[in-house]
Amino acid sequence: MLKLVDVSKRFGALSVLQNLDLTVAAGNVLGVIGPNGAGKTTLFNIIAGAQVPSAGQVHLDDRDITHVKVWDRCRLGIGRTYQVPKPFTHMSVFENVMVAAVHGGRMGIRAAKEQAQHVIELTGLIHRLRTPAGHLSLLDLKRLELAKALAQKPRLLLLDEIAGGLTESECDTLLEIVKTARDQGATIVWIEHVLHALRRIATRLAVLHGGTIISSGAPDEVLADSRVKEVYLGV
Amino acid sequence: MVEIWTNQILQGVLLGGLYALFAIGLSLSVGVMRFVNIAHGDLIVMISFVLLSLTGGLGLPTLAAVAIVIPISFVGGYLLQRLLLQRVLGKDVLSIILVTFGLSIVIQNALQGVYGADIRKVGGGAIETATIPLSGNINVGVLPLVIFISATLLIWLLDLLLYRSRIGARIRAVSDSVATADLVGLRSARIYAIAMAIVGATMAISAGFMAIWTNFDPTSGPSRLLIAFEAVVLGGLGNLWGTLIGGIIIGVAQAVGAQFDAAWQVLAGHIVFLAIFLTRPQGLFPKY
Repeated sequence: MLKLVDVSKRFGALSVLQNLDLTVAAGNVLGVIGPNGAGKTTLFNIIAGAQVPSAGQVHLDDRDITHVKVWDRCRLGIGRTYQVPKPFTHMSVFENVMVAAVHGGRMGIRAAKEQAQHVIELTGLIHRLRTPAGHLSLLDLKRLELAKALAQKPRLLLLDEIAGGLTESECDTLLEIVKTARDQGATIVWIEHVLHALRRIATRLAVLHGGTIISSGAPDEVLADSRVKEVYLGV
Repeated sequence: MVEIWTNQILQGVLLGGLYALFAIGLSLSVGVMRFVNIAHGDLIVMISFVLLSLTGGLGLPTLAAVAIVIPISFVGGYLLQRLLLQRVLGKDVLSIILVTFGLSIVIQNALQGVYGADIRKVGGGAIETATIPLSGNINVGVLPLVIFISATLLIWLLDLLLYRSRIGARIRAVSDSVATADLVGLRSARIYAIAMAIVGATMAISAGFMAIWTNFDPTSGPSRLLIAFEAVVLGGLGNLWGTLIGGIIIGVAQAVGAQFDAAWQVLAGHIVFLAIFLTRPQGLFPKY
């Protein structure tokens, strides 16, 4: 479904991604791990269209979307959350999700309202329905990020460190939400440092280091890889 | 004595309606699109000159000329944003100020070249002198009253548009975060252009009333901008009703100042603005 071919990204003299190849099959959940500065968020920016690669191509369903703008990628079915939540701070939770459903999901008002209500309940934000996003706690902001992404009914869902700072039970709830999205047909790429969460849902893991993928495959095999242990786990 | 002061305050409130009309477009630019359009006043004056050409040159009735100019200004605002302002928006504050300052100078010089430096006015017909007697020596001009009602109606409609319509939700979303708006499928450049088109239409309405009520010349723009800016800041950024109140405060301050000495009229408005700004720099009713 998603294919990155020989993708590189440079900022002046700094090379953030180098000749990166990545394939994610439809329905899979790919976990992406790596130390800080490995290029994970840049990878998401390139997939979502916020940045254009310096070289290489991005394909979605065999279509080259390398130069497709971010708003058009959203309409192709790519939904994304940010590591640092970026809500519409002056709009209520309901309005935030409605904007995502109407424009990102291209739904009519009635369908968008139903979808918004559904994902707000799913993400546990129903008690904050009319609260301006700028007044939410960090946990609720992360829930809102997820709700906005889910409201678009994405075919490809990019999750950027949504489990950080959550308690065990909150993490369990989050996993159930992600599983629901997966069961509804979404392909998921999830950047996360909370490994135990990833291991419970990821069908594959990819480890990014220095702008390249140093290991990828089944989670247990990847975590047993000596290079991964050295670079990421420090053992 | 009471009658004199009542009359002055009433006239000031009505004058505030005109100032609010000047300021509505600027309030949208500053509060929603987050930039100060230094050419705001000059654009209003330019539209007034277009009205002058349509009424004086082509002999069209004033109302018909305004009806023609509103959609033209709507399209003009859209194109101005897409072709010029969007290029510098989001870079840094200085860029947009310099570009609109440059636009202001170009408009003033172009108007002087085409129309000369003479002071002009557009004829409004019987409405200009019509009055409604209230009590004793207190009379209300029909034109100022129509302007005040128009300003209130326009703000009510824009408020509905921003908070009760799909395009309003889009404009508020882009105003809040361009990056997030793009991510959920909104094309921020197009939304900004639509917002600027709406600003253009409000400019045309205010130009129509200004051209009938007051004199104007090619260099009148900056003084209009100053009054509009004061009304927006007094009312609080992003609050259209606040802009109306800001306009009324300046209008009343000027009317009261004029009662003491005609030379104090403009200065009194600036002093009251400064006094309120010093105590509440965020404005009286800020939304952001």
